[in-house]
Amino acid sequence: MNPTLHAMIAFLQTWWVELVSGVVIVAVVPLITGYMVLMERKLMADMQARLGPMRVGPHGLLQPIADAVKLLIKEDIIPDNADKMVFWLAPVVSMTAALTAMAAIAFGPAFQVARDINVGLLFIVGVSSLGLFGIVLGGWASNSHYSIMGALRSTAQLVSYETAAGLALVSGLLLAGTLNIRAIVDAQYNSGVWFGFLAPVAFFIYAVASIAETNRAPFDLPEAESELVAGYMTEYSGFRWACYFLGEYANMIVVGAVATTLFLGGWLRPFPRVHWMNWLDAVPALFTAAVGVYCVLRAGKQPARVQIWFMWGVALACFVVALPLGLPIVTALLKLKFLPSGLHVAYLFFMKISAHIVPGLHGAFWFLLKITAYIYLFMWLRFTLPRYRFDQLMHLGWYILIPLAIVNVLAVGVAMILELQYGWNRWLALIVSTVLTLSAALFLLRLNDKRAAAATSAAPPEEPTTEDSYAG
Amino acid sequence: MLDKVIFFFFAGVAILSAALMVTRRNAIHSAIFLITTLLATAGIFLQLRAEFIFIAQIILYVGGIMVLFVFVIMLVNLDVALHQLKFSRQKWVALLVTLALAAEVGVMLWSSRGVPGQGFLLPSAVPAGQLPANTEALAGRLFDAYLLPFEIASVLLLVAMVGAVVMAKKRT
Repeated sequence: MNPTLHAMIAFLQTWWVELVSGVVIVAVVPLITGYMVLMERKLMADMQARLGPMRVGPHGLLQPIADAVKLLIKEDIIPDNADKMVFWLAPVVSMTAALTAMAAIAFGPAFQVARDINVGLLFIVGVSSLGLFGIVLGGWASNSHYSIMGALRSTAQLVSYETAAGLALVSGLLLAGTLNIRAIVDAQYNSGVWFGFLAPVAFFIYAVASIAETNRAPFDLPEAESELVAGYMTEYSGFRWACYFLGEYANMIVVGAVATTLFLGGWLRPFPRVHWMNWLDAVPALFTAAVGVYCVLRAGKQPARVQIWFMWGVALACFVVALPLGLPIVTALLKLKFLPSGLHVAYLFFMKISAHIVPGLHGAFWFLLKITAYIYLFMWLRFTLPRYRFDQLMHLGWYILIPLAIVNVLAVGVAMILELQYGWNRWLALIVSTVLTLSAALFLLRLNDKRAAAATSAAPPEEPTTEDSYAG
Repeated sequence: MLDKVIFFFFAGVAILSAALMVTRRNAIHSAIFLITTLLATAGIFLQLRAEFIFIAQIILYVGGIMVLFVFVIMLVNLDVALHQLKFSRQKWVALLVTLALAAEVGVMLWSSRGVPGQGFLLPSAVPAGQLPANTEALAGRLFDAYLLPFEIASVLLLVAMVGAVVMAKKRT
């Protein structure tokens, strides 16, 4: 064999886990985003007392696939006066940035592509912020006023809110003492409490800023339909539009993963060090088994044969996952010791497999559950709150969130000094710091009210108080 | 082997896109190629296992400064700028500066010849597994050996920021 082939084989032997995980992410994330859209539509329908998509598949479960096919075979329109190269490039940038950022996310203790990157959290935040270029360049290349307005708004919004989000992350990182994703989760395991409870203000600021960063309501000014048609995506259609959409929803997953890792304990189950809560370890197995049973029960009631097969397929997948998850628990409950010899071999074989993959699956279950809860919160807010005006948005970012985040960094630092050098109780120190930050917030609000009152009394009311040229 | 491939890939991309960045007429295209150059440089930092500098380069230069560049380019009227001549009055100055830079690099390479890995310019190579964690090492140097320069730079940046706010504020 020639040396090049040898080198390639050696390369593959070293890196095959990473390569396969990368392919899995690129392959699975589009599917997940499709189902996030379905979840959003179902949720919206539920909150508005409708049913939502019901036609394709049981309860519309196959709707995302139908949508994807539709988008793929749609006519691809490029405006005549668009900058063709940049128009092609922009959606790809948006999508690639979001998918690349996922490389450093640890979906459970076993599944992480860039395993030993030491600046994991910074990597996720920095690379996912590059998606902004896709928005800006797409808006510019479309050569349309709506698009460029959307792009400018988006830039202003993202640059402002990234500062607040970054400072909120700094507060959390002070508690963790490291940028390494695994070490952050380990720090939360060792301290026995999620950092979201130790630094609630930082978590809140990050949650608000991350909604703004993912361009979602109530901060979805870049694509405010009533003002800008669809913002930077106005001229896009078909697959390119799907790329933008994919990037946007993948970004939601990324933001949710950062919040989960730093503030919600990552892949740890609730109360990881409380022994009488150990029954929580049975939850993943029970959950997947319950979903499988539900699918079996509903399979017979589907109208079309394809749908019946689909339900059986989902049920089978659920049982395949539930088997290794549940086997150790079942044997522990039944105190199984002796089995017929044929079964015993199979039993040992399965136990060996489940010992390998159960920690990873457990971690992935809790991690994905937390991300889903976070994204559910996003959607809930979207259907609850009305949209902000652009100057209100910038005002909230610059006058309230950023000063508050700076005060919070200082307060968390003070709390850590109190704890480490003066031997205070950890909770006492952090309550002091939170109270400090909240009083700063009240002060800021009063200052704001005064400023607003002064502005309205000084200026005649019909004059607009903002002078953002890209406000609308 | 792999290190070399990665290095030459990123170096080639950096040089090529730097050349393209200078030669494009369209300001946005130039900005895109500048972004590519900066990303490729970040890739070289990563290849050198300087993880923190890699990500700082991406966050600060690409995610911060270049976003503002593109923002400003989009705000100014490009149609006017495109019809103007390229201002090339600085040709001779540019040539001079380029020559000076080339001379500097040449002197550096010449003075470090014959001492591969041991000269004062090239610290000896450390096997990848034994490197200390990059962030911690950098923080240790910055806040220990170079505390005063670091603080001076911070104060300078703060002053510049306050100055920018004051200048941008509407005079009433």
